Amino acid sequence: MADTFNETRPIRVVLAKLGLDGHDRGIKIVARILRDAGMEVIYLGLRQTTASIVAAAEEEDADAVGLSMHNAGHLALAPKMLAALRDADLDVPLIIGGIIPDVDIPVLTDAGVAAILGPGAPAEQVVATVRNAVAR
Amino acid sequence: MTDARELWQEQFEAATPRPIPFETMSGVPVDPVYGDGPFPGQYPFTRGLHPAGYRSRLWTMRMFAGFGTAEDTNARFRELLRHGGTGLSTAFDMPTLMGYDSDSEWALGEVGRAGVAVDTLADMEDLYAGIDLSAVSTSMTINGPAAILLAMYVAVAEKNGVSRSDLAGTIQNDILKEYQAQKEYIFPPRPSMRIITDMIRFTSAEMPRWHPVSISGYHIREAGSTAAQELAFTLANGFAYVEAALAQGQDVNQFGRRLSFFFNSHSDFFEEIGKFRAARRIWARWMKERYGATDERAMMCRFHTQTAGVSLTAQQPENNIARVALQAMAAALGGTQSLHTDSYDEALALPTEKAARIALRTQQIIAHESGVDLVADPLGGAPYVEWMTDEMERQAELVFAHLDQLGNGSLLEGVYAGIENGYFVGEIADAAYRLERHINAGDRIIVGVNAYTEGSEDDEAHLLRIESETEDYQRKRLESIRHDRDNDLVTRRLAAVTAAAEDPTVNLMPPIIDAVRAYASEEEIVNAMKAVFGVYVEKAIV
Repeated sequence: MADTFNETRPIRVVLAKLGLDGHDRGIKIVARILRDAGMEVIYLGLRQTTASIVAAAEEEDADAVGLSMHNAGHLALAPKMLAALRDADLDVPLIIGGIIPDVDIPVLTDAGVAAILGPGAPAEQVVATVRNAVAR
Repeated sequence: MTDARELWQEQFEAATPRPIPFETMSGVPVDPVYGDGPFPGQYPFTRGLHPAGYRSRLWTMRMFAGFGTAEDTNARFRELLRHGGTGLSTAFDMPTLMGYDSDSEWALGEVGRAGVAVDTLADMEDLYAGIDLSAVSTSMTINGPAAILLAMYVAVAEKNGVSRSDLAGTIQNDILKEYQAQKEYIFPPRPSMRIITDMIRFTSAEMPRWHPVSISGYHIREAGSTAAQELAFTLANGFAYVEAALAQGQDVNQFGRRLSFFFNSHSDFFEEIGKFRAARRIWARWMKERYGATDERAMMCRFHTQTAGVSLTAQQPENNIARVALQAMAAALGGTQSLHTDSYDEALALPTEKAARIALRTQQIIAHESGVDLVADPLGGAPYVEWMTDEMERQAELVFAHLDQLGNGSLLEGVYAGIENGYFVGEIADAAYRLERHINAGDRIIVGVNAYTEGSEDDEAHLLRIESETEDYQRKRLESIRHDRDNDLVTRRLAAVTAAAEDPTVNLMPPIIDAVRAYASEEEIVNAMKAVFGVYVEKAIV
């Protein structure tokens, strides 16, 4: 499937900050890293809702959704996002970046989060994580 | 002996020294200052604000704390006071910072997580229970709804018999950097400035020991700016507040004394020290020459410093203790008035009690064991430090010139324009990406991250968990307050807030204080103002 994407069009990623958390340094850097790697990045900005993210993912025909979380709200918000994607019949991987304690990683991946990127993740890892999530 | 030295000597002798021997560990007596004038305490204050440096008074060790319910944070406050902390600093949770109550849809998953949840005066009563508010200095880190939290603090104190004029502390209340970096805004810039100038006027008249704005570069730096951008954007925001207060007819000598600053201390030791020294010099010059201050106290750039949270690594987290110590040392050598040291586990989660204690101990080691407290501005006169100070000033002046041009001779209008056209967020994002590329390429080494990574697998940090019961507790509490209070009174007092918002000649603080006393919630009061002021929505720029 990934090969088809590469031939027809670049991987398209919707990035957003869900909820009130305003830490956007990391997600902006991720946006540039993915863009420099040839992906199409749609950054929705701050204070998004699950509904606004689902709508954008549908409209943009996104291959992946990336959320950034720095406020320890991930255990409540990530499952809410997954449910919203499922309710909309959207089969796109959800990737979470930010401050996620190790013990929470299996909780999130068991719930259906495709991948997690921690602080200071190198550019190649960021790009590979998105590619792998989309290919899966 | 020069006049400057004689004058300094007089001022120095007027200060009461702390009862410690002013000699090195080996018994060598040392002078309170070395080198040339202008000396510490003399305009333009490059060498420090106080003639005696830290000899008469150490910096305030102010540790930021807040999590869970108000009662949880109250316990942490008492713990910090018991361990020798000398100031309280309050972190609020995201819903509180953004003006939402704990039962708002926006609050899901965020209640009490990154700070304490405050919905009504009742939470504020719990937060400061058993603490004599006339005897501590309190710092509240809140911006968009700052007027409401200040009103609650006044109401709690007066309920406990402490007069508002005896309250000492700082409320961050720096809305301009929210649009530039931290992004915790509610209303658009211009109405936000009206609220802030009302608060400056109110505190100048009624709370002489209170700092109504802490003009903050910290978040600008955390968002990715360079040291010089942090310096320049922060001071430019300061000039904007000064121009706004002057436009309201306030006296620069009066409100100028109450302005304070908040800087980041990052890892490049000499760059940081140069930045701190340049901040004092630039501020003094501009306040005197551009804004006509004549009282030296209105020219002094007093600042709080926090070590750089963004420099803390999730890999090998104990290494962060060393980073924090170096950054704290730079702040002390730069002459900070107060300091927060970060906990080593902050890149992983909210700090544990043990990590917060080590962070406080780090400051105490610097203060009491290193000897930096003996001599004011000990690095002053060193060629590299003086050059770096000049270079920071030069770069900052280029930014001021750009903003001055954007605003046609007004820094206030220049800052508004820079917010509207994306100048600040663009500059910050570019600088952040540039640094990231260097780290990624490996030509800037971050120990344990892109070099010396052996041993990372042993990482095992004890993490603080905030249980989700906090959210339920807070919602139930709010529900019962809404049930028990006099709701007709609340409605009338909220209407009075809206009416005050509509009339720019009325000060908003008194009606807000009345509303919190009736147990109106934070979100209700915010909505009473939103009805007039509207809300700010940022354009998403990468």
